[in-house]
Amino acid sequence: MARRSAPEVNAGSMADIAFLLLIFFLVTTTIETDSGISRKLPPPQEENVEPPVLKQKNIFVVELNKNNDLLVEEVPMELKDLREAAIAFLDNGGGRGEEACDFCQGKRDPSSSDNPTKAVISLQNNRETNYATYIAVQNELVAAYTTLRNRESLRLFGKSFVQMKKDLKDVNYSGNKETLKENIKKVQLLFPEKLSEAEPKK
Amino acid sequence: MSILKNKRNKALPEISTASLPDIVFMLLFFFMVATVIRENVLMVENEMPMANQIEKLDKSDLVMYIYAGKPSSRYRSRVGDQARIQLNDKFADVGDIKAFVMAERASRTETMIPFLTTALRIDKFANMGLVGDIKNELREVNALKINYNTRIDNNPD
Repeated sequence: MARRSAPEVNAGSMADIAFLLLIFFLVTTTIETDSGISRKLPPPQEENVEPPVLKQKNIFVVELNKNNDLLVEEVPMELKDLREAAIAFLDNGGGRGEEACDFCQGKRDPSSSDNPTKAVISLQNNRETNYATYIAVQNELVAAYTTLRNRESLRLFGKSFVQMKKDLKDVNYSGNKETLKENIKKVQLLFPEKLSEAEPKK
Repeated sequence: MSILKNKRNKALPEISTASLPDIVFMLLFFFMVATVIRENVLMVENEMPMANQIEKLDKSDLVMYIYAGKPSSRYRSRVGDQARIQLNDKFADVGDIKAFVMAERASRTETMIPFLTTALRIDKFANMGLVGDIKNELREVNALKINYNTRIDNNPD
């Protein structure tokens, strides 16, 4: 009796099965990653606590009204000029004595902010303000901080702030991550992000 | 000459499809690795605004999502066309956010709670009143780390 070899299994339908699985995964999954502007909300306020007194000149009021018009220090402004204005305000360094800012390159106008650590940007909006406009304004203000931080970090450590942050996340980074972390903190302390988001006006 | 003749007589050989499953499997594995399973079915319109000063949220287990926007067209007859909040798979009111945050916290370990970030995925046509309400609720339950989800604006400036 002749030995018969085992019959070959037909693999023609394997492709169909694989396609089916592929299509299932295509439908049920998304490829997107989350990215966005990170913010920290102020902690809930206790009652009967007086808000700290700030000098008027240290506050940079950015207001968005219900028609999505931008008012900066009560003067209408175009969105594209906001970054410049915010940088000029933060980098002013008009303080004297203890409040002097030795690294600022601004105009040192005594009627504008004393020191970047004192300067507060107050973003106010109306309930009717459009969300996209609000984000565009936030984006410009964050960009102002990033520009200044990049400048200082280039001066102090020869590397931009954005690059330092990228390196911190990079697994293949060869340098010392601890010093990198400290350097990032130092730059952040020079220009702390003091961005107050007031509750919307009714 | 004889060789040529022989070839002409033969039928065209069939193209082998034996490697087709391998190719498809390769694609399959690529998609399995590169994508994540969709958690929520969107019930609201959700076109996010553009920004370029963004940070990536890389640890997706430390993120909870709040969606807001106008209801999608097929839900509009039921819930109207005012902008709504969506938590998990349901429409919700502003008051439900606290319970939602508590539930999200309960599903994570103690050590993860301080790092929990709320991703606000809000439609660009929403108005700030709704966003302000959401932020207020989050403040009250001390969920202070938020991220306004945006799309990347690739303009160099």
